[in-house]
Amino acid sequence: MLRTKGVIRELYRNRILLLMLLPTLLYFLINNYLPMIGIYYAFVQFDFNFNLFKMDFVGLQNFEFLWKSGKLMELTLNTIGYNIAFLVLVNVLSITVAVLLSEIRGKWFKKVTQSVLFLPYFVSFVILSVIVFNLFNYEQGVLNTVLQQFGAEPVDVYSKPKLWILFIILFYLWKNFGYSMVIYLAAITGISEEYYEAAKIDGANIFQRSWHITVPMLKTTFVILLLFALGSIMKGQFDLFYQMVGNNGLLYSTTDILDTYVYRSMRVTFDMGMATAAGVYQSIFGFTLIMIVNAVIRRINKDYALF
Amino acid sequence: MKIREDSATKWFRLLAYTVVLAGSIACILPFVLILSASFTSNESILQEGYGLIPPKFSLEGYEIIFRIPGDVLRAYGVTTFTTIVGTTIGLLLMTMAGYVLQRKDFKYRNLFSFLIYFTTLFGGGLVPYYMLITNYMKFTDTMYALIWPSLMSPFLIILMRSFINSAIPDEVIESAKIDGANDFTIYYRVVLPLAIPGLATVGLFLALHYWNDWFSSALFINDAAKYQLQFYLYNIINTSMFLNSIGAGAGVVLSEGVPSESMKMAMAIVVTGPILLLYPFIQRYFVKGLTIGAVKG
Repeated sequence: MLRTKGVIRELYRNRILLLMLLPTLLYFLINNYLPMIGIYYAFVQFDFNFNLFKMDFVGLQNFEFLWKSGKLMELTLNTIGYNIAFLVLVNVLSITVAVLLSEIRGKWFKKVTQSVLFLPYFVSFVILSVIVFNLFNYEQGVLNTVLQQFGAEPVDVYSKPKLWILFIILFYLWKNFGYSMVIYLAAITGISEEYYEAAKIDGANIFQRSWHITVPMLKTTFVILLLFALGSIMKGQFDLFYQMVGNNGLLYSTTDILDTYVYRSMRVTFDMGMATAAGVYQSIFGFTLIMIVNAVIRRINKDYALF
Repeated sequence: MKIREDSATKWFRLLAYTVVLAGSIACILPFVLILSASFTSNESILQEGYGLIPPKFSLEGYEIIFRIPGDVLRAYGVTTFTTIVGTTIGLLLMTMAGYVLQRKDFKYRNLFSFLIYFTTLFGGGLVPYYMLITNYMKFTDTMYALIWPSLMSPFLIILMRSFINSAIPDEVIESAKIDGANDFTIYYRVVLPLAIPGLATVGLFLALHYWNDWFSSALFINDAAKYQLQFYLYNIINTSMFLNSIGAGAGVVLSEGVPSESMKMAMAIVVTGPILLLYPFIQRYFVKGLTIGAVKG
């Protein structure tokens, strides 16, 4: 009782701050916490009277269907695999380029290239799909136009699922690395000059300074980016996959992720029960995974734990 | 005193210039490709395929769009409206939240921060969300359906919190408090003016999100008059791919209903335009505004 009183007094003391935060809290309550109740949809026989609590309870039947569809393993592996590849490659690439760019002295060159590298982040995924189509389209695509100029046979890229692993990763990098690069660049600008001066006096060359000062100083930034990336490890980049691949069934074996599968189950086959079940699986699996990773990191070194 | 450049520095710089230049070219090529295709006549695309330089300059694609501009303009209107309204409201709320969450004397800031971050870890999934918006909020076919879903994101709130935290010293807030200002006045008079780079950055990201959104239309809008610009483009592209695949392609490209290749490309340019025009004005704030996990010297 005394505790609650303390909480209320504390909140009342900061009522203006609380009031300023309230709309945001309400938004997340409605937009993100309320739908969690809807997990219940996974356990009922969905019907379009839309009254959640009047639908028949069927237990784990929806999950059973999902499991029997035999795609769960493939979807999970695709989702996690791509996300790990994205995470590793984007960070390595953007840290490298940020470090290199920070040492470039030409002001004009630096400014222009920095903008250009960030530019793809500003293109919509719909435009990305136009670009992909431009490149790989069988009849007019750049790839085949070039191939034919060199007298080679045109390739029907849209029937070769393995190639798309490469394409999806490349386009993800193209679109996103400039963004995290600028975040790292911002962090680099915050590093005190004194470290570099001291290292110079000790005779460290520019490679050594970058490797032993700049890179370690980016740790905090890296951890926060990692935190957000890990949070969504089971959520694929729906926009990217959907716009690049669309409803091209030939490519699903390597390009279908949980998000695209859920979307199709909901919008194309209207299988709401299974779609919810897949979503719940995605959330719970992802959450467990993060908890395990966090616990492991916590045991190794408390400072690196996510929360 | 000028320090003499040693050979390691020279090699490092050479490497830096090469990598950065190569990266920049890779980033810009696809744009050139679309731009070039948008200025190429449809016939020439069908015969020779896409290329980096238009073989014969033509405005055909743009002409087709602006011959009957009604639909495009309407989609522009929807997107502009949602972008302006959504960005304004979202930015206002997220800045306030970011400010509150970094106030060290606000006891429950970590709890609230976690409650917001938690939503990136766990959620109900797409179906319950769809039900919430359509069935419980009744947002179908309204502008709310386009504005509400993207209004705030945990990442942008944390970004804002991080920025205010590093750009505005606690002492400034502390002294304003001693002068008798209340928390809102401090926010309005002290924090906001100092937070311009953060506002510009978060604002642009939010605006970008609204401008590029197509998914909200796909999920919640049935009335074609309320399609967002990106979804409108998406439909044009998909219709033409569909028609091409059933063989109605080349012969009737210019007849009504079937968009030509050059028109699609021109459309892509028209759709992307405004956000790219905004970019150079805001870009200079980025390096300051995108401070995550302030590095202290």
